[in-house]
Amino acid sequence: MDVEETPLPGIGIRKEITVATGRRVGVVIHRDGRSELIVSRLDDPDASLVSVPLTVEEAAGLGSLLGGAQLVAQLTAEHRDIPGVRTEQALIEPTSPFSGRTLGDTQLRTRTGASIVAILRSGEVLPSPTPDFGIRTGDVLVIVGTADGLAAAAEILHPR
Amino acid sequence: MTSTAVSLVELGVVFLGLGILGHLASKISLSPVPLYLVGGLMLGQGGLVEFAGVADFGEMAGELGVVLLLLMLGLEYTAAELVTGLRQSWMAGVVDLVLNMAPGAIVALLLGWGPVGALVMAGVTYISSSGIIAKVLSDLGRLGNRETPVILSILVIEDLAMALYLPVVVAVLAGVSILGGLQAVGISLLALTIILVAALRYGHVISGVIDSPDRESFLLKLIGAALLVAGIASSLQVSAAVGAFLLGIAISGVTAENATRVLEPLRDVFAALFFFVFGLNTDPGSIPPVLGVAVALAIVTSATKMVTGWWAAKRQRIGPLGRARAGAALIARGEFSIVIAGLAVASGAVDDGLAALASAYVLLLAVVGPVAARFIEPIMRWLRRGPAPASASSRAGA
Repeated sequence: MDVEETPLPGIGIRKEITVATGRRVGVVIHRDGRSELIVSRLDDPDASLVSVPLTVEEAAGLGSLLGGAQLVAQLTAEHRDIPGVRTEQALIEPTSPFSGRTLGDTQLRTRTGASIVAILRSGEVLPSPTPDFGIRTGDVLVIVGTADGLAAAAEILHPR
Repeated sequence: MTSTAVSLVELGVVFLGLGILGHLASKISLSPVPLYLVGGLMLGQGGLVEFAGVADFGEMAGELGVVLLLLMLGLEYTAAELVTGLRQSWMAGVVDLVLNMAPGAIVALLLGWGPVGALVMAGVTYISSSGIIAKVLSDLGRLGNRETPVILSILVIEDLAMALYLPVVVAVLAGVSILGGLQAVGISLLALTIILVAALRYGHVISGVIDSPDRESFLLKLIGAALLVAGIASSLQVSAAVGAFLLGIAISGVTAENATRVLEPLRDVFAALFFFVFGLNTDPGSIPPVLGVAVALAIVTSATKMVTGWWAAKRQRIGPLGRARAGAALIARGEFSIVIAGLAVASGAVDDGLAALASAYVLLLAVVGPVAARFIEPIMRWLRRGPAPASASSRAGA
């Protein structure tokens, strides 16, 4: 898979890949850090079907969600032999009380029995985070636990 | 009222009026430049009301507006982008230059404005409005399109060409000989090369001198450097605007981004005044006689920009729809056509009709350009009978 990079003078840079269905999918990264998700048309591959403006946080969140899907599938497969254990991912939204605080502050394992096995940030996987790890908006926490434990964890991270 | 009081009141009314016009323009997603021109036309000599008190301040402020316009144009591009753009698309740049300078020059010669008028009108019809076009591409969600880099690199080359063209115009308008003109080109070519090399190698040093964590001192240093460089360039007969443009290129990275942010409001104020003053100094009564010529010139130079964009996009193996989009996007003319005409008018070395023709021409194409960019796609699809996926088959043949 090749990432094609095209400079856009005065605007920023475009990075895209051509996916199996023939569409170009990628991002336009503006100088000021804003980005746009772009998807090309099928009937006119030179043109864009959509171009969705994303804030820095939204882009990071989307990247982590895409990267996270694969990791979660892998972990789920590894835990298949243990009945009742599931893997889920939780995106930290700006409303979360723990955005800007440490993992230890959540006391997630003590309170729910579920544990955070990895954090996805800006497309990177950070495995086995320590309690002093600082959580930021846009991070995706990969949590392993029972169904009840995961529900409780979700409630702690984003109280309704 | 004292004359200061009168001037203040008139300036207040002018800025309020320009603000309302600008708001109106953004409502109908149009560039404010044509509306500022209309505002000036209505209030100047032979207009609805005469605003004499604004003129003195307006002249100097307009001058500042041009310096800021060009400084920010330079800030938009990094030296690396300019060099790559030049390397990749210089042929498209040459086609663009020949096709779009010729109509302006020919019309000026036919009108009997001589070689000086021809040189000026060539510039007016050549330069597309990078401001209008960048905004249109972004508004239409075309930044992801394949033809967009083609359009942007043509704009880059046009802007670089300005750095050589403006000194020539300034020298010729000042009435110097061919030798003097060549000398001006030599100086600015040398300066351009030095600045590009310096910005590529030592950009951070230049930026470091200007940079400051404090917003206020940063702004003052920026303005100081811009005016100083503009003044020196002007005294070397290389046009103040080009000096500012080169300074903009030399400032790079984070400093350039911060500079853009702090200068934007100032640029908006003074550039608005520049367009207004240009309108102010143009007698609206002189427009109707040249309107026919302006319309004809607009039609011809829309076609030549279409050809330019079509040809450049085809070279990058882009399909017919993308080629048409590239051509239509380039049609818009705006701020820099007026900058060129403004230089000519200020020197007094050209026919009075030139200001009127340039105004009418820019008014037409600043409005038609974005509209053409938007509607070229449905028109092309209709011409091709429905949304036929033509690009795939024709690409194979291209």
